[in-house]
Amino acid sequence: MSISLNINGTQREFDGDPETPLLWVIREEIGLTGTKYGCGIAQCGACTVHVDGQTLRSCSAPVSAVAGRKVTTIEGLSSRAAKAVQKAWVELDVVQCGYCQSGQIMSAIALLEKKPNPTDTDIDHAMAGNICRCATYQRIRAAIHAASSQLTG
Amino acid sequence: MTTSFRMLSSVKTRLIAIVLAGTFGPFAGAADLRGAEAFSSIADPNERSRALFIEAGRVLQHPRCLNCHPVGERPTQGKDGHPHSPLVVRGPDDKGAIAMRCTTCHQTANYEQSGVPGHPLWHVAPKSMAWQGKSLGQICAQIKDSKRNGGKTLAAIQEHMAHDSLVGWAWSPGGNREPAPGTQSQLGSLIAAWIDSGAACPAP
Repeated sequence: MSISLNINGTQREFDGDPETPLLWVIREEIGLTGTKYGCGIAQCGACTVHVDGQTLRSCSAPVSAVAGRKVTTIEGLSSRAAKAVQKAWVELDVVQCGYCQSGQIMSAIALLEKKPNPTDTDIDHAMAGNICRCATYQRIRAAIHAASSQLTG
Repeated sequence: MTTSFRMLSSVKTRLIAIVLAGTFGPFAGAADLRGAEAFSSIADPNERSRALFIEAGRVLQHPRCLNCHPVGERPTQGKDGHPHSPLVVRGPDDKGAIAMRCTTCHQTANYEQSGVPGHPLWHVAPKSMAWQGKSLGQICAQIKDSKRNGGKTLAAIQEHMAHDSLVGWAWSPGGNREPAPGTQSQLGSLIAAWIDSGAACPAP
């Protein structure tokens, strides 16, 4: 049975196994490769997308779980918080190898959209599931504060 | 491309699973739980009641239950009750922090592809219902205290233990997780018999 999906505002139909991980559908079926495969067991956060505005590890959710819900990937961001994060990320040169950054950015935006002026603790708790093996954590936290200043200043 | 991607992910997931299994130790199947009838020969009601609760306590103090009844901010996981990985906190509604909600990883059912357990009501128990590090007698007193048990009567407690679907997850945890002893129905019967015999608590 076909599953109706809303990915970045576009309606899609998926005819495969409903237990297929959402990440597989996003990358392999739709071709949106900005969302990364890291661990496959919801431990690293590289595959983070938004579903109805909340973060979701797309490696750990069957595609059937998002039927009829609004999925946003890194390619579909356009909110004010998203633009502030993008600007801060560039200005602070956050990225090193970049592999985890799609997931980092998705979590950062989800945080700022719910709490535009987060504390260090809010940031640490929101970002705890996004691992960066280049250890850009300090720049990520600084960039979230910088984006916050843009949003609240 | 698609095949190689899937093969890579499959091999990687299995390797991680092997490492995790080695860390957590081997899991046996579900242990038996004695039914309420096994305690009917105890003549003294208080003594019988305490014995019934001690048997039910084999479920309440099983890792499948204790892991989500943390004393502090963080739930635990595994048979050894290690801190939840990745780091998560209960948050203001016991369902996680902003952008790191329980539902960020836990879906409405166990997901074997990633090994992440799930249920529609996934959350940690409120702080007033924290069980970790407490004796069975302390847990018993806590369960009976309407100020700490969510305002439940004993009948509501029995209903919760016997029929709540998130409680029931403990017997269908998926993956290589050890289920709680016995069945949910047996737990419900033990709790009913415990209440009928006076709901006495073991020593704190």
